[in-house]
Amino acid sequence: MSDPVSDQITRPPDGRAPEEQPRWRQDFPIDQHVEQYVTRREFTKFMVLTSVAFVVGQFWIAAQSLLRRKESAPGLEIARLADLPVGGSLIFDYPEPGQACILVRTGEREAVAFSQLCTHLSCPVIAQADQGRFHCPCHNGNFDLATGQPLSGPPRRPLPRVRLEIRGEHVYAVAMEGMAV
Amino acid sequence: MSAPRRRFGLHQRTIIINGILALIVLIVILQLWLLTATMSAYLGGNTVVVWPAALASLACLGLNVGLLVYLFRLER
Ligand code: FES
Repeated sequence: MSDPVSDQITRPPDGRAPEEQPRWRQDFPIDQHVEQYVTRREFTKFMVLTSVAFVVGQFWIAAQSLLRRKESAPGLEIARLADLPVGGSLIFDYPEPGQACILVRTGEREAVAFSQLCTHLSCPVIAQADQGRFHCPCHNGNFDLATGQPLSGPPRRPLPRVRLEIRGEHVYAVAMEGMAV
Repeated sequence: MSAPRRRFGLHQRTIIINGILALIVLIVILQLWLLTATMSAYLGGNTVVVWPAALASLACLGLNVGLLVYLFRLER
């Protein structure tokens, strides 16, 4: 620092020469306000480092979301349209065996599918297509049939969605969206 | 940010650094909130907010770095 000299040098209150000062003042020649300035500057630098860490965290989450989209599970045939009436539902395992999902046919060539596990405490939900919702009997939770968003009851998070493709007469599950880690 | 034209005394710089420190702490708290909100949305399956939140956090970092650079220039 090239400050004015007066900024940096401690002036003893008695005005005597530095050599005549008591030993303790010679041992600790830094003024309180100089020390205060330096410690705050160092703390400011530390806060900026913390800020860098937060940005790294944000981009890590963003990268994870990209990776997850790429790593989506392969297509799996789950139903034939002819076997499922409009408003009907079907349970299937996706993406791994034992991970129950529920498919509901909502129109002639439209269907939706979600994980069957309630996002509250993992009870299996049941489809109530006539009322436009999935119902969880454990604590009276309800989810929107079209979006999987929670409608009422304890659940706060939406049901993870299974992305579907209808090819000809067959319905395929092609990816899992919004699965909690 | 342009370099300050006149040289400040240590007392003035202490006041300036207090102001800058308060601003930076506020921005860092904002970033912490942003990170927790994004994490919660991401685990809830909402990935739409992830990139805008990352860019917003980057903008906050830009502000912080700008303030820090200003601080270094004060000392020159
Ligand atoms: S487990 Fe579904 S509402 Fe509690």
